[in-house]
Amino acid sequence: MSRENVLVSAEWAEQNLDAEGVVFVEVDEDTAAYDTGHIPGAIKIDWKQDLQDPVRRDFVDREGFEKLLSAKGISNDNTVILYGGNNNWFAAYAYWYFKLYGHADVKLLDGGRKKWELDGRPLDKDDVQRTGTSYSAAEPDTSLRAFRREVEDSIGKKNYVDVRSPDEFSGKLAAPAHLPQEQAQRPGHIPGALNVPWSKAANEDGTFKKDEELRELYKAEGLDESKATIAYCRIGERSSHTWFVLRELLGYSDVKNYDGSWTEYGSLVGVPIELGAGKK
Amino acid sequence: MSSCGAPAQTATLPANIDPGKEVVLSGRVLSSGAPVGGAFVRLLDSDGEFTAEVVSSEGGDFRFFAAPGSWTVRALHRSGNGEVSVSADGPGLHTLEVAVS
Repeated sequence: MSRENVLVSAEWAEQNLDAEGVVFVEVDEDTAAYDTGHIPGAIKIDWKQDLQDPVRRDFVDREGFEKLLSAKGISNDNTVILYGGNNNWFAAYAYWYFKLYGHADVKLLDGGRKKWELDGRPLDKDDVQRTGTSYSAAEPDTSLRAFRREVEDSIGKKNYVDVRSPDEFSGKLAAPAHLPQEQAQRPGHIPGALNVPWSKAANEDGTFKKDEELRELYKAEGLDESKATIAYCRIGERSSHTWFVLRELLGYSDVKNYDGSWTEYGSLVGVPIELGAGKK
Repeated sequence: MSSCGAPAQTATLPANIDPGKEVVLSGRVLSSGAPVGGAFVRLLDSDGEFTAEVVSSEGGDFRFFAAPGSWTVRALHRSGNGEVSVSADGPGLHTLEVAVS
């Protein structure tokens, strides 16, 4: 896997805003940012409304994904460029969905909205309409997604990369520091997990660090390259960012995102939990 | 399931937050005394490691829920960057101003 196949720079994006077959998609949990100004021509996908099942804790099924993309005017042969706020978490999460459902050509905008705004690149408020399509999705590729049974069964056998902040990992905090802390589940981490916060893979402006730096980072933290890897966080967004780094940028073959993450694992009865700082 | 996305930043605390129980770091991003909205405000721990990030509101407001300790709040904006340090010994509301230039 090479970086050019999965990532585009802000510069490239600005030069290709009107390119044939290229669709820019802003993905956020809260689309208020999109409404105050978006990349010219970009459509929006609402992480919560569009990508989550409204009743069960799961994401949209194959049929729902087909319906969504058809309505948004995205074709199977389009090059989809995803970007968003929150350092591209939701865009990375959407990227993972696009891969799960077999979209051939999907990329992230390096640095997302942040880099674009810090560069002072153009944003507009134009209403963007695309003609509907008839999108066809593949069966979800479960080799990219970990479920709780596998997570319980693989302790000690696979790499676990816990991408939350050190205080969440150790059990000091139950949620990221920009959120209130009251939570139902027990704090801590999966025994043996490495704590490599997602943010270590990114520069201050939201772009990804260089491949060599990234490879060195995970190696130094104790990632065993001969083993399969499961990435998790609190609910699976921040870990999508790290899943993207490990599988798409660094090319490790067996990397799954555990989107149940800590809000599921930390609520399970009887599973082992480790407290305290990470070991190297 | 509520996500990990940063909520809209407001000057007043949400009703369900008790600053007597949490360490709340709250403040504004300013440039020559005027509020700066749309700045990327990053909370860094005592080792300078990233902990959280929010986008300042139109009035320049931001807020973090942290643990006791030493923190740096760093703001990035296309007009410039700036940072301020704070030491929080225990629960309570800490009010900060971060100047960018």
